Amino acid sequence: MSKKILEIHDVKREFTMGSETVRALKGVSFDVNAGEFVTIMGSSGSGKTTLLNILGCLDKPSNGIYMLDNVNIKELSRDALAKLRNTKIGFVFQAYNLLPRTSALENVELPLLYNPSISTKERRERAIASLEAVKLGDRLDHTPNQLSGGQQQRVAIARALVNEPVMILADEATGNLDTRTSYEIMSLMQELNQQGKTIVFVTHEPDIAAFSSRTVMLKDGKVQKDTQNMNSRSAREALISLPVSDDY
Amino acid sequence: MKITNLIRLAIRALQRNKLRALLTMLGIIIGVAAVITMMSIGEGSKLSINESLSSMGSNMITITPYSNEPGGATMMGSNLKNLTIVDVEALEKDAPNIDKISPLASSSGQAINGASNWPTSIQGVSPEYLDIRKLEIKDGIPFSEEDVKSSAKVCLLGQTVVDNLFPNGEDPIGKIIRFNKIPMQVIGTLVPKGQSNFGQDQDDIILAPYTTVQKRLLSSIYFNSIYASAISESASIAAVEDVTNALRGTHRLRADQEDDFQVRTQEELMSTLNSISSMLTTLLTAVAGISLVIGGIGIMNIMYVSVTERTREIGLRMSIGARGIDILLQFLIEAIMISITGGVIGVALGVSASLIISSLLNWPASISDTSIIVSFFVCAVTGIFFGYYPALKASGLDPIEALRYE
Repeated sequence: MSKKILEIHDVKREFTMGSETVRALKGVSFDVNAGEFVTIMGSSGSGKTTLLNILGCLDKPSNGIYMLDNVNIKELSRDALAKLRNTKIGFVFQAYNLLPRTSALENVELPLLYNPSISTKERRERAIASLEAVKLGDRLDHTPNQLSGGQQQRVAIARALVNEPVMILADEATGNLDTRTSYEIMSLMQELNQQGKTIVFVTHEPDIAAFSSRTVMLKDGKVQKDTQNMNSRSAREALISLPVSDDY
Repeated sequence: MKITNLIRLAIRALQRNKLRALLTMLGIIIGVAAVITMMSIGEGSKLSINESLSSMGSNMITITPYSNEPGGATMMGSNLKNLTIVDVEALEKDAPNIDKISPLASSSGQAINGASNWPTSIQGVSPEYLDIRKLEIKDGIPFSEEDVKSSAKVCLLGQTVVDNLFPNGEDPIGKIIRFNKIPMQVIGTLVPKGQSNFGQDQDDIILAPYTTVQKRLLSSIYFNSIYASAISESASIAAVEDVTNALRGTHRLRADQEDDFQVRTQEELMSTLNSISSMLTTLLTAVAGISLVIGGIGIMNIMYVSVTERTREIGLRMSIGARGIDILLQFLIEAIMISITGGVIGVALGVSASLIISSLLNWPASISDTSIIVSFFVCAVTGIFFGYYPALKASGLDPIEALRYE
C-alpha cells in the first residue's frame, strides 16, 4: 500500500459569529495516498473553502485529527505551520496571486526565500528548472502583466513546484481561464501527477473533476460521495478534440 | 528570510514607488538638514565667541563698582565712584595671584587734529594695560611708568582714531592732537583688533596715562574700573578671592555688608555667552527634532497605507511559508530604509546648507561629527519606532483573510 499523505479523521470546524455558531465542517474523514489526483467538489456553502484552508495549514480544525505527511498539525504553532506550508505544500490560487512588477523567475523563487537552508545559486537553478517544467523557460524575465492568464497560472504552478512539496493544493485553479487554457492547465497537472506528484484540486466544475483519479463530493459540511475514477479523461486528448478555432 | 534578501526586497519595494518614497522621506530630510545646520551654526558661533574672548586675554579680571543697597536704587556701575589708587596699591601688595594690574579712568570727548575731528573716548591706564588686554603697539613706543608719574601729555591711538584724524595717511607719530582742548603728543599706534563680539569697534580708542586723564581731563581721583590679570588661567578663581579680600579691606566693609564692587573673570563672561548660545542651539535643535517626529509620523502613515495596499501580497507570502517575523522585518526594514535614506540626504543637505550659509553670510559654522552621528542614529530610531506598528499589523494578519482581501 502506498504512503498516506493526508489523513483526515472526523474533522470539524466551527466559527462563532456573534452569538451564533456556524458549523462549516461537521465531521469529514478521508485519506489521500501519495500519487493520487483528488478533486474536491461541492456547491458553495458546502465547506469546500473551509476544508481547503485546513488542508493548506492556514487554519486548524476545531475538532478531529488532520495529519499531513505524518505530522499532526493540531500541535503546531503559527511559525511551525508556516514552515510546514513552506516545505510540504504548493499552493495554486484561482487569482494566481503573483507579485506584480516582479519577474516570473523572482515570483517562482519566492517560496525558497523563506527557506534559509537554500543558497542563492540553488534557488535560482531550481526556479529555472521549475519554470522549464511548466514550459516557460523562455519567459523568465517577464512580469505578470506581460503574460497571458494561462501563462500566469503556469508561473503560479511553477512556484508551487519549486519547493518540492508533498502535495499541490489548487483552489479553483482554472476558475479564471477559458476552456482551452483550462484544459492546458489540467494537462499540465496530469503530467505532474504522472511524474508522481500528489494533487488535491478544489473545484465546482464536474468537467474538471473528470480529469482526476478520484472525486470527493462535499455537501453541508460532510462527505457525500467519495468515488474512484477508473477511466479518467486525458486532458491532452480533450484539448485535441476541441474545435481548432473557437475564435469569433 | 535572510537579512540581505530582506534589504534587497525593501530597496525593490521603494524603487517601485519612487515619488512616494521621496515624499515620505521629505519630513526626515528637512528635519535632519535642519538639525545639522542649526547645530553647526550654533557650535560655530560658540567657537568664535571663545576665540575672540581668549584673544582679549583669557585670564583677565575686571573690577567695577557695584551697589545693591537694600531699599535703594541699584545704580549703574559707571556712575559709582569708589575705586581709587588706594585700591590699586592694595591689590599690588596683597593679591599674590594677580600678575599685572591697571586702573582705568575714561572720558569721552572730541579728538581734534587740525581740520579733522572725531568723537571718541580716552582711557587712562597704566603701561601694564597693554599686556592685560593683549594690545600691541604697531608704530612708535608705549608710554612708561615715568609718564604716569609725571602725568605726561602723551597718548596711543587706535586704528579708527588714526584713520579719522589723519585721513590723508600722514604718520601720526610725534604729532600733537587735542582732546577736549588738552594738547597731547601721539607716541604710538595700536595694532587693529576689529569688532568685538558685541559689535563694538575695539579700535576706536585713545590710551593715555591714567594720571593724565584723572588730573587734566576729569579732575577726579576715582577710576571707572580696574583691570588685572591672574598669574595663570587656572589661578583666576584664587585671584578673584584675593581681590575681594583686599578691596573689602580698603573699603572697610563689615562682615555683614555686601561687596560694593564686582569682580568678573573672562571665564565667567565666556560661560554666560556660551550658555546663551547653547540655549539657542538647544531651542533650534528642539524645533528641528519636532520636524523629525512629524517626518516619522509621515513614515508611519505611508507604511499603514502600504500594508493595506499589499494585504494580498502579505497573504500570499504567509501561505507559501513566511512567518510573522519575516513579514514584520520586511516592513520594518522598508521603514528603516526610508528613514535612513532620508537621513543620508538630510545630512548631505544640512552640511551643504551650513557651508553655504557660512560662506554667504560670513557666519561661523562648525560641522561636528557628533551631530551627524546623532541625527543618523535618531533616523534609525525614528524608522524603527514609526515603522514598528504598521509592520506589527502586517505580521498579525490572518493569511486566509489577507488572501481574499479585495
